[in-house]
Amino acid sequence: MPADPARPPVRLGADIGGTFTDIVLEVGDRLYSTKILTDYTAPEQPILDGITLLLAEAGLSPADLDIVIHGTTLATNALIERRGARTAFVTTEGFRDVVEMRTENRFDQYDLNLRLPLPLVPREDRFPVAGRIGAEGQELAPLDEAALEALADHIAKGDYGAVAIGFIHSYMNPAHERRARDIIAARVDLPISISAEVSPQMREFERFNTVCANAYVRPQMADYLKRLQIRLAETGATCPVYMIHSGGGLIDVDTAAEFPVRLVESGPAGGAIFAADIARRFRLDRVVSYDMGGTTAKICLIEDFAPKTARSFEVARTTRFAKGSGMPISIPVIEMIEIGAGGGSIAWVDSMGRIQTGPESAASEPGPACYQRGGARPAITDADLVLGKIDPDNFAGGAIRLSRPAAETAIAQEVGNRLSLATEAAAFGICEVVDENMANAARVHAVENGKNIADNMMIAFGGAAPLHAARLCEKLGIDRCLVPPGAGVGSAIGFLRAPFGYEALMSKVTRLSAFDPAAINALLADLRATAEGFVRAGSAGTIRRETTAFMRYVGQGWEIPVTLPDHPFTAADIPALRRAFQDNYARFFGRAIDGLDGLEIEVVTWSVKAQDERPAPPRHHLTTGQGSIAPSQTRPIFDPTAAKALPSAIHDRASLPPGARISGPAVIVERETATVVTAPFDAVMQSDGSLLLLRKEPTP
Amino acid sequence: MTDATMEIRMQVMWNRLISVVEEQAMTLLRTAFSTSVREAGDLSAGVFDPQGRMLAQAVTGTPGHVNTMAEAVGHFIEAIGRDNMFPGDTYVTNDPWLGTGHLHDITMVSPSFLGETLVGFFACTAHVVDVGGRGFGADGKSVYEEGIQIPIMKFAEKGRVNADLVRLIRANVREPNQVVGDFYSLAACNDVGHRRLIGMMGEIGLASLDALGEFIFSRTRSATLDRIRALPQGAWDNVLDTDGYDDPVRLAARVEIAGDVVHCDFTGSAPISRWGINVPVIYTKAYASYALKCVIAPDIPNNWASLQAFTISSPENILNAPRPAPVSVRHVIGHLVPDLVLGALAKALPGQVLAEGAASLWNIHMSVRPVAGQGGRRAEILMFNSGGMGARPGLDGLSATAFPSGVMTMPIEATEHTGPIVVWRKELRPDSGGDGEYRGGLGQVIEIEPLPGHEFDFSAMFDRVNHPAKGRDGGGPGAAGGVALDDGTKLKPKGWQHVPAGRRLILHLPGGGGFGDPANRALADRQADLTKGYVTTPAKGDTA
Repeated sequence: MPADPARPPVRLGADIGGTFTDIVLEVGDRLYSTKILTDYTAPEQPILDGITLLLAEAGLSPADLDIVIHGTTLATNALIERRGARTAFVTTEGFRDVVEMRTENRFDQYDLNLRLPLPLVPREDRFPVAGRIGAEGQELAPLDEAALEALADHIAKGDYGAVAIGFIHSYMNPAHERRARDIIAARVDLPISISAEVSPQMREFERFNTVCANAYVRPQMADYLKRLQIRLAETGATCPVYMIHSGGGLIDVDTAAEFPVRLVESGPAGGAIFAADIARRFRLDRVVSYDMGGTTAKICLIEDFAPKTARSFEVARTTRFAKGSGMPISIPVIEMIEIGAGGGSIAWVDSMGRIQTGPESAASEPGPACYQRGGARPAITDADLVLGKIDPDNFAGGAIRLSRPAAETAIAQEVGNRLSLATEAAAFGICEVVDENMANAARVHAVENGKNIADNMMIAFGGAAPLHAARLCEKLGIDRCLVPPGAGVGSAIGFLRAPFGYEALMSKVTRLSAFDPAAINALLADLRATAEGFVRAGSAGTIRRETTAFMRYVGQGWEIPVTLPDHPFTAADIPALRRAFQDNYARFFGRAIDGLDGLEIEVVTWSVKAQDERPAPPRHHLTTGQGSIAPSQTRPIFDPTAAKALPSAIHDRASLPPGARISGPAVIVERETATVVTAPFDAVMQSDGSLLLLRKEPTP
Repeated sequence: MTDATMEIRMQVMWNRLISVVEEQAMTLLRTAFSTSVREAGDLSAGVFDPQGRMLAQAVTGTPGHVNTMAEAVGHFIEAIGRDNMFPGDTYVTNDPWLGTGHLHDITMVSPSFLGETLVGFFACTAHVVDVGGRGFGADGKSVYEEGIQIPIMKFAEKGRVNADLVRLIRANVREPNQVVGDFYSLAACNDVGHRRLIGMMGEIGLASLDALGEFIFSRTRSATLDRIRALPQGAWDNVLDTDGYDDPVRLAARVEIAGDVVHCDFTGSAPISRWGINVPVIYTKAYASYALKCVIAPDIPNNWASLQAFTISSPENILNAPRPAPVSVRHVIGHLVPDLVLGALAKALPGQVLAEGAASLWNIHMSVRPVAGQGGRRAEILMFNSGGMGARPGLDGLSATAFPSGVMTMPIEATEHTGPIVVWRKELRPDSGGDGEYRGGLGQVIEIEPLPGHEFDFSAMFDRVNHPAKGRDGGGPGAAGGVALDDGTKLKPKGWQHVPAGRRLILHLPGGGGFGDPANRALADRQADLTKGYVTTPAKGDTA
């Protein structure tokens, strides 16, 4: 703890990614950062190494750390690579195969050799027990406690590392799940997860899978988190460690160890928070964040400085990122769309003579062909190089010299020759296809949220995003895009900006005509207590609450979120609720449905999100600059609109003063990447070091 | 613009078109009322050129809808007439012979105008919960008993909804709000597609889709022809016996590969049935083309040009039943068409075609009501359930998975919220997969009971109860299906029947056939089957 109250706070963010572990140290308003290769056998090692390095740079010692905020892909990877604990799943009799039968359909209509993802818990480890709760929460059949006792003995004798319990309709009434946990806990010394606590939402496949996933990664994550804390303490650090969760808030380590499924996708969540913080800095109320790294691109909508959230998502997709080929996880999550489009994504030609990109990635080994580490197939980075967007002699600050001939050969062999296209045209095709794929994903994502993508400003970060952002904006009809500094370690910076926050959810189907204010007030009070309890574990600050009802017309299956007033309900609130739903519905789908006799409206799920107020970041104002800066040099760069190479100005980002305005086509280079300013755009340096891409003339 | 950049622009626009129809389908999923659409995905969406040729379809959807809708748009153009089309129009039909095979499917087509110029059409189809008549089931004696018929007409003209049509529908269906709500969803989804298309054309500066259409069709045609020319030439026959309604029904097919076309003829199939299991030929064609494409050209996009490669003929019979034949549950026989056609194709391509499977969805429609004199709820509940898929060359069959249909099941927890029933069991059915080097997929067991004080009638639409799925290349048959009450009373696989209060309906869904000689099944696979309980007794001669 700081001895001197005037001493600036010392905060550390650590993001373990698939390739790199990013560490960011913030001392007051100074940032230090480093990237270290991820170590799969001892994931905490790079964090400790990074801490040592950055503390030395800042002239501090571990004891000076005030807080460590951590996010990791370890839970995600354990699910993708199936490296979790052998889990016993106890479930309702008659429903042993819910996690195996899935939705009973094929995610690809035409592939007869389709393989469906295997369930996390194989059939021999799924144990049905008699007892049944009905749809209204009533007990239809008592829990078979004797059978549970025998089952507990069986599990104790087996080679299990974790237990999951999931019963039908437990989100309506968790009594059977809790009782089953007590019975098993009395006889088995294993961590037990129950679905009513991990994911109290309707739809059994999603909920059961989520509780299985939680149990599956729990021993491994608990071990890792314990080890990390011990090793940190050994360095002399005395500060608490907090984890970033998939919803973008912070939770304490003990909670994380109990509900590790909440850590899935925490890295990308950090990226979204990073973008939200930039949005807040400039007071941008409608933003689409675009994060493009080595293997994937992630796109997220940010409204009023908060990333959009959802109640479920799909992780570990097995086939070409295809929807339905992964496993559903229903927990609150920052909603983003992720597609296999990164700098390392491989370009190829399909049987129709169409260029395709990804999702296969050249990763860091062998890497794109231009790395000359044995990669023979062209990656997006190779195409960027051939089009002149990257300077081969100045990539990653000159750390890696890229071979343009190697990139040209790969593109010619795998794409150009097959389509009778010159190499440059083929490279253009590759970039157009990957940009179009990202644009389509962004567009569909916006539609799914009832938004028009063109109404947003873009914030682009991640190593590859600045190379593609301007063209993406052209395709999406977006006029303004910010490329913030520090974009390469955006997620770890985002961790430092995350609030202590938690979203508590509960499914309870309630028709507005049968709305019981007392019962709903009680339910919301419970959710509030849960959510605020998590926040209070880490923060004494002011708490901001948001209450949401997920509503629909009775008979529909898809709910839309409706924000509720934060006061106890009375019957007098019902007309306002109905109006709020109809307004939201019209915003999503064009028009509300009126004139239907007696068509009812219902709430399916209730949610309370609580988070502490974060100090507002220093305010910056967007400047459109003036005049223009003469380039230090020019070089021909392929412009997608002109469909040919144009002489383009080359600028060094570090040398641009705030307000400097550069007219496209141009490239602004920095140590880790380069920002491509296509012909329709100008770029203006901002007071915080961000670059603003600005369309020369607004879209007609 | 150079040829090279033109090529790339075309590729990019093709991608964009697919994304446009995906948005269209997504809008339908999100706004629909019927569980069949919103939970199960029984829908389709696509974009067409001004001549009514399908340019692209949404990935979301089911073949029975997609490929029928692909034909239907031409009928709309003919019936409405170009001179009678205006911006803001939406056309509708549920004609089984011009649409997708039964009255429950509503097809809507909307012209897309760029200024005054007609540049294309958007079409979509969804299965609504009720169309009046006898309800969803096989008991009608003619289409007139099966519900209200909507000939091709305007649902909306210049943006104004046809209020008379809406009133007529309201007066004829059991769940007017849900059905009319779905009509609005369908219209809205075409509208979303239209807006995206016009936005795309504006952004790119296109005045028509002609060049793009030509690009899509020529690419698709040449890739499809490459595949067909690689096939052996000749003709092969197959027959498939099915349960029928009261008497077995034989289906027959001849698949002929000649030149650039794969042709299917259904001469020899059973005559038109007295019951609503007949299939309009548009639906037969949809599933025959789908099955052939899965084997011959699975990775080639489905559009007008790829569908052109597959042609169909049939004399009047159960697979080409003309008006006014009853066709309500045409999917039961229609879903068996792929097994029928693939059986013939397997003779042309030995060792390359999967075994027969459960094929027909086991849809169950329940009308639940309180027992006379007691309080309670009434409800119409529809569930989609799937048996096992046939074993594939090299892979076991998928258990409890829809094929050829592309729909999903509904969550039990959602189903139990829609009405007073309890589903006591819905899990895999051990020992139901046909034996073989590769095992058939397992069926499933479902047990349903009305909540205390309630009873229900249900419409059975099941097949493979008396005619299980056959194995291929030495593989054994899948287990037959079964329909009974928990007291042992056997029930029929088709028609409306009663489940009294306190009794459970027990469905045993059929398994898929096996592929290859059982003697060649790997010991490790046999052991895994026993460990997982997919199989409960060791095979003969098996020491495991």
